[in-house]
Amino acid sequence: MTVEAVFRREYGRCVATLIRFLGDIDAAEEAVQDAFTVAVARWPTDGQPPNPGAWIVTTARNRAIDRLRRESVRDERHAQAHHLYGAAAQAAEDDALAPEEETVPDDRLRLIFTCCHPALNQPAQVALTLRLLGGLETPEIARAFFVPESTMAQRIVRAKRKIRNTRLPYRVPAEAELPSRLQPVLAVVYLIFNEGYAATADSLIRLDLCAEGIRLARVLADLMPDEPEAQGLLALLLLLHSRSAARVSADGSLVRLAEQDRRLWDRGLIAEGQAIVRACVQRNHPGPYQIQAAVNAVHSVAPSFDKTDWHAILTLYDQLYALTPTPVVALNRAVALAEVHGPAAGLAAIDDLRSAGLDGYYLFHASRADLLRRLGRSTEAAAAYSAARALTANPVERAFLDTRRAALSPSDSAQE
Amino acid sequence: MTQYLLAVHHASAGPDIPPEEWRQSFADVDAFNEKLTGAGAFVFAGGLLTDSATVVRQAGGDFVITDGPYTETKEHLGGFWVINAADLDAALEWAKLATAACRLPIEVSPFDEREADELLVELQDEQGRWRDAR
Repeated sequence: MTVEAVFRREYGRCVATLIRFLGDIDAAEEAVQDAFTVAVARWPTDGQPPNPGAWIVTTARNRAIDRLRRESVRDERHAQAHHLYGAAAQAAEDDALAPEEETVPDDRLRLIFTCCHPALNQPAQVALTLRLLGGLETPEIARAFFVPESTMAQRIVRAKRKIRNTRLPYRVPAEAELPSRLQPVLAVVYLIFNEGYAATADSLIRLDLCAEGIRLARVLADLMPDEPEAQGLLALLLLLHSRSAARVSADGSLVRLAEQDRRLWDRGLIAEGQAIVRACVQRNHPGPYQIQAAVNAVHSVAPSFDKTDWHAILTLYDQLYALTPTPVVALNRAVALAEVHGPAAGLAAIDDLRSAGLDGYYLFHASRADLLRRLGRSTEAAAAYSAARALTANPVERAFLDTRRAALSPSDSAQE
Repeated sequence: MTQYLLAVHHASAGPDIPPEEWRQSFADVDAFNEKLTGAGAFVFAGGLLTDSATVVRQAGGDFVITDGPYTETKEHLGGFWVINAADLDAALEWAKLATAACRLPIEVSPFDEREADELLVELQDEQGRWRDAR
């Protein structure tokens, strides 16, 4: 593995620990970057250390101490020395506990909860998480979210500034606060995955984001084994990702669930996801991510779309709606309802949601369009496909909607 | 320990709540102030009468004095607390109690403790040109 690849893999863990030592995010990142410079010079000749993470943290910490000694003005040196003293004492304690482990498992949890603190807005949470835990460079993150690099850079600078100015504490929330503090963390990881999951022409970046989302979900699930929703999120992402190869055709167009070649589904990911879902069901502390994972588990056992157990899925959506009665959940439930009770029933359920604020949501119009199409109401279906198309910037989604619209029976859509 | 400002913003008319609840909020704010003091977190607090405000500024060589609050908006600063807290999370916990007590949103701000030259560095880019501090 190249030096770059090693650093990228270790970045989150090392930055997390160095933030604890140095009490500052910028200082931690600079320290790791310093260590990288040393590694690039030394590793080719000395060979890669057996525990690169430990090497990086030790080297980075030493370089940071050197840097502070060189650059400090007297007063600053006193303040920093006090902090470093405290940090050095902490580090010595940690060494006593686990001499071969430079990093404490809690460090990455501290970092995730800091990046996803509710005092930061969600775009900032996402950017910080990808940067500090994912080790992604600012240009990569900017490209992934279709914003200019300078915008993304400013977003990250402002977020770090807020963390510093407000003395946002570097800690894992206490037991009592965990449920509310966990929500934004799960939402950010899901968002990162979902950004990659919506297939586009720039497929390389997208698969990277899916992989990153799953990696973060694994870290969360490992570090919080008693949090069923963290397990649920991982299961959901694994099951969604298992379908990746079947979701995009050779020409880059989207293949819907109904048309996917299920032989291309990744059975390993499915098995892993299903095992987690089973464990969650046993535990019986249901939550939204666990239920969504269960829905996808039902899909993953069906040999074909026609053989899907839609009754089971409808039941799960009923359960999900009881927990989180949002319009989007109601919409997904209506789609399942259509499979069980027919498109007319599904359409009635969707039309009930007209005033629920889904007018700006393209899937609302796309789902309506699909049901109208199945009922032979082509003119209305065409209008709905157009409405959906206007609401998504994703070229692959648009192409799909265009194809569906063009395939409508011409006689009914002659008025267009 | 750091200081934070907890600012109460409201529309000129005050919160849209029934009179009994208005009365209750005064009692709740008193209780909140006692809790702050008991915890050693209370630094300073007060309600403001911004309809009786006066603005003073300098224009050219003269001082100009005008009646009314500085901003024309309907929202104004109704009052504030200055508190001591260990970190943002601690300040936010106090802010939760404050917003429950006064039935109004609370804005939590840190104070600017930077040295002058540190500030100047932040306000300028690499070429030494002034940039938007926001």
